[in-house]
Amino acid sequence: MVRRNPKIRIQEVSYAYEGKPALRAVTIDVPANAVTVFFGPAGGGKTTLLRLINRLNDLVEGTHMSGHILLDGQDIYAPGVDVPSLRRRVGMVFALPLPLPGTVRENVEYGPKLGGVRDRTRLEEIVVRSLTQAALWDEVKDRLDSPASALSGGQQQRLCIARSLALEPEVLLLDEPTSGLDPISTGKVEETLFELKQHYTIVIVPHSVQQAARVADYAAFFLMGELIEHRPGKEIFTAPRKQRTEDYVTGRFG
Amino acid sequence: MNRYLAQRVGFVLLFLIALIVVVPILLVVGTIVIQGAGAINWTFLTRMPRDGMKAGGILPAIVGTLLLTLGTALAAIPVGVGGAIYLAEYARDTWLTRAIRLAIINLAGIPSVVYGLFGLGLFVLFLQFGTSILAGCLTLALMTLPIVISSAEEALRAVPVEFRTVSASLGGTRWQGIRYIVLPQALPGIVTGVILGLLRAAGETAPILFTVAAFFLPRLPQSLFDQTMALPYHLYVISTQVPGMPLEVQYGTALVLLALVLSMNIVATVIRSYFRRRRQW
Repeated sequence: MVRRNPKIRIQEVSYAYEGKPALRAVTIDVPANAVTVFFGPAGGGKTTLLRLINRLNDLVEGTHMSGHILLDGQDIYAPGVDVPSLRRRVGMVFALPLPLPGTVRENVEYGPKLGGVRDRTRLEEIVVRSLTQAALWDEVKDRLDSPASALSGGQQQRLCIARSLALEPEVLLLDEPTSGLDPISTGKVEETLFELKQHYTIVIVPHSVQQAARVADYAAFFLMGELIEHRPGKEIFTAPRKQRTEDYVTGRFG
Repeated sequence: MNRYLAQRVGFVLLFLIALIVVVPILLVVGTIVIQGAGAINWTFLTRMPRDGMKAGGILPAIVGTLLLTLGTALAAIPVGVGGAIYLAEYARDTWLTRAIRLAIINLAGIPSVVYGLFGLGLFVLFLQFGTSILAGCLTLALMTLPIVISSAEEALRAVPVEFRTVSASLGGTRWQGIRYIVLPQALPGIVTGVILGLLRAAGETAPILFTVAAFFLPRLPQSLFDQTMALPYHLYVISTQVPGMPLEVQYGTALVLLALVLSMNIVATVIRSYFRRRRQW
């Protein structure tokens, strides 16, 4: 397994929700400045693992976790960790575009404002930079002050990406970010990912094997809460080592 | 009878039943307006009562009811909305929160005269506020609390959970999510609930009977510890306690109370529909 500068180290993580195991002793390194793909059939624990990386599962009751997740060598579940600050370092984009009530601008400014950024010029810079990075600026520059809900689905999802980027996170987690989008919007989001990986560590749960193969620098195959196989590059799609991986990528089940 | 005819007959019957709901409202409002409109004039609305309340105006009762409603709002809103935020956003499902919910449900079922006696015991006598606006407002606020809490909690729960998740994912604390996203979205529902609760408080007689209401006090209250006249109690007094009271004055007083309550109701409806159109989910 390649260990090029691991940004995130997931060590022996098991997780159960109301007694039902969702992850079984998963160990995996996520390298910096690359796109890592968690893929596999539904119920495999991909989304759960993603949400553990920025502690969003803290909001859910009735769960049990063991193991460690290290970000830059620091255990993010250690006592005394400032969770809101962690989430500013590790951004999240959800399966459905979920713009907050309010305008395009307010959506992008929301995170920075919560962190105490008040200066108008600074906020303006953040809005322009984030929307540009998310490949949305040209489409919305003339309607920053119209409601975010008036944008198309694809635009809304890129707005959600911009909203996360506004915090200048180190890691960007994306949970099936294109599942609700048409092919053209999907293409735009994927292009955005290629741009972003120069500066960010990206972990994505793709919505299809095809998408996994398109965007992956590293790919990990999950099945029923277990990590089956983890490989650099696209080899996992062309020459999988494990039978179960092959069965899935060739479409024998899923 | 074929099934289409049966359906028609059914619809007509259901329509008539629905109509029955409207009839009493029209009769009540209609009677009061027709009989009371003649009494309404500037003097009636802005002067003190004279001649054993048979002439002059009902200003102290109007002012009293407005003050009591305002005071009830000031006491019930912070406690009620605060409690609702706790229950909807923070409370876990424990025996304690279940006990709190049970208490709220039971509070809503207590007859208003019991609230009146409770207010007399606690605020007037034990805390020595005397028969006063303060005691009356607090008693009315207690009675209003369950309505405010339940409707505010419901409004908060109606805000999609995803907004809270998104706010948290952007580095917001739980309170920041509530303050900047959830509360603004729930506000119209909360406002509606508060107004409906106050509306009931404004029209109640029993809770103010022992705690604040004056039989005849032809001056405006000067402090929180003054007694005051109030419309519902005044209406009760002039309808049952004063012989030879002109019918027009009685209906006029009822009309003023009704207008006050109905206008609050309309404000609540307008607020609700305005925000509902602006809502983005």
